[in-house]
Amino acid sequence: MSEKTENGTETETSGTVICLENLCKSFGDHQVLHNFNLTLNKGENLVILGRSGSGKSVLIKCIIGLIKPDSGIIRVLQQDMSGIGLHELDQIRSRLGFLFQSNALYDSMTVRENLEFPLRRHRREMLEEEVDRLVEEALTNVGLPHTIDMMPSELSGGMRKRIALARTLILKPEIILYDEPTTGLDPITAGEISDLMIELGKKYHTSSIIISHDMRCVKKVAEKIVMLIDGRCYQKGTYEQLRMSENEAVKKFFES
Amino acid sequence: MWENIKNIVIETGEITRFFIRFFGEFFRRGYEFKEMLRQCFFLGYKSLGLVVITGFIIGLVITIQSRPTLIKFGAEAWLPGMISVSLVREIVPVITALICAGKIGSGIGAELGSMKVTEQIDAMEVSGTNPFKYLVVTRVSAVTFMVPLLVVFADAISLYGGYLGVNLRGAISWDLYWTQVMEALSFGDIIPSIAKTFFFGFTIGIISCYKGYTTQHGTEGVGRSANAAVVISSLMVFILDLVAVQITDLLQLI
Repeated sequence: MSEKTENGTETETSGTVICLENLCKSFGDHQVLHNFNLTLNKGENLVILGRSGSGKSVLIKCIIGLIKPDSGIIRVLQQDMSGIGLHELDQIRSRLGFLFQSNALYDSMTVRENLEFPLRRHRREMLEEEVDRLVEEALTNVGLPHTIDMMPSELSGGMRKRIALARTLILKPEIILYDEPTTGLDPITAGEISDLMIELGKKYHTSSIIISHDMRCVKKVAEKIVMLIDGRCYQKGTYEQLRMSENEAVKKFFES
Repeated sequence: MWENIKNIVIETGEITRFFIRFFGEFFRRGYEFKEMLRQCFFLGYKSLGLVVITGFIIGLVITIQSRPTLIKFGAEAWLPGMISVSLVREIVPVITALICAGKIGSGIGAELGSMKVTEQIDAMEVSGTNPFKYLVVTRVSAVTFMVPLLVVFADAISLYGGYLGVNLRGAISWDLYWTQVMEALSFGDIIPSIAKTFFFGFTIGIISCYKGYTTQHGTEGVGRSANAAVVISSLMVFILDLVAVQITDLLQLI
């Protein structure tokens, strides 16, 4: 659970898995994040909603340590990410999953090798049979066991997204960060991916931050929504609360 | 004008930082040996066919072109010795390096560039892998070791081409040809010519990786990176060759 302090920031409590306090990030003169605060509780699916270029992807890349914030505090699984060593960062990352917007499947590797890659890196001591079992389990979870020896270029957009999801889940992460998981997919496939995210989230008891502007996906997966406008946390609430909002910017988003 | 000069200075600084980072990562623990061997196969073995064919053709062409001039001076008998020195010392290493700059340089530039714009490099980092070590150090090392090997192959094949060239218009026995070739060549010819190819390979690798690894602006940037990798690597091969000739001259190996 999170609690509000006097200055309006949220502080973590025992159930908090991610806590961001006064996060700022700018690129040159362009300030992307302004004193952004957020908490993600265990088991929660939190959607960050916002227009393109509003700083959503920068935010989750800051969380996973791909981008360094200018100031502010990021605590992931009770570990302060500022000034963290490479070894500790890798340990935290092994407990996080990241589904990239472009899927980021390695073009030169087969589906099997793509899935094995994080396993072999984070669990170096793992036996060959165990690796094979986990790869097969991950592919079965996303309904694509027959693609194991295929190359990513042989797969459709929806299949690639599923494989990317399988790769994200193969380490059984506690938190998953989804960067626009349904972008570029047809409505039916997007719906299937949203269902899969909910189903696998329940199966592995994960907490998630989902970046999206696909309102169907948002409606399905969101337990809490944070509206990000110009790098600031503009409004938060449930899907219904935001849908009923009288605020013009929020209204525009939901009406569209 | 000033903007261009400023950009060149900035780019030079960035390449220097990349170069320093390469050595930092190269000597850090945890070498990606398996990936380096895989790259040796892809960058070296897969270029062998092209290098062998061009080496053979160069040997043949240089011999055919040189014959009339030597006949004018009544020095046709010197043909095997002369072509062997010019092929081994200069022509084959430079041509092979240029072929590698084209084939390997564009391949690395495009591959790393597309990995960069499709977030594959970020995915690698998230998967607990140092992408610089996995992608850059392995490729640069592989090119550095493979280009000299390819040059050695091309040297040998070009001399076979030379044998065919000599026999097209004249007649020389196999034994006599090779005796003349070996008499003309000394370690002072072979060692500097092989030594400089390590630098050619390293330069091709580091520039191509730099261009690919720092790709920006989406798929358009990938094409630009591949192109820049080839152009700059090829230019650097000539500059390094010039430096190598000066050093060889200073050491009186010519």
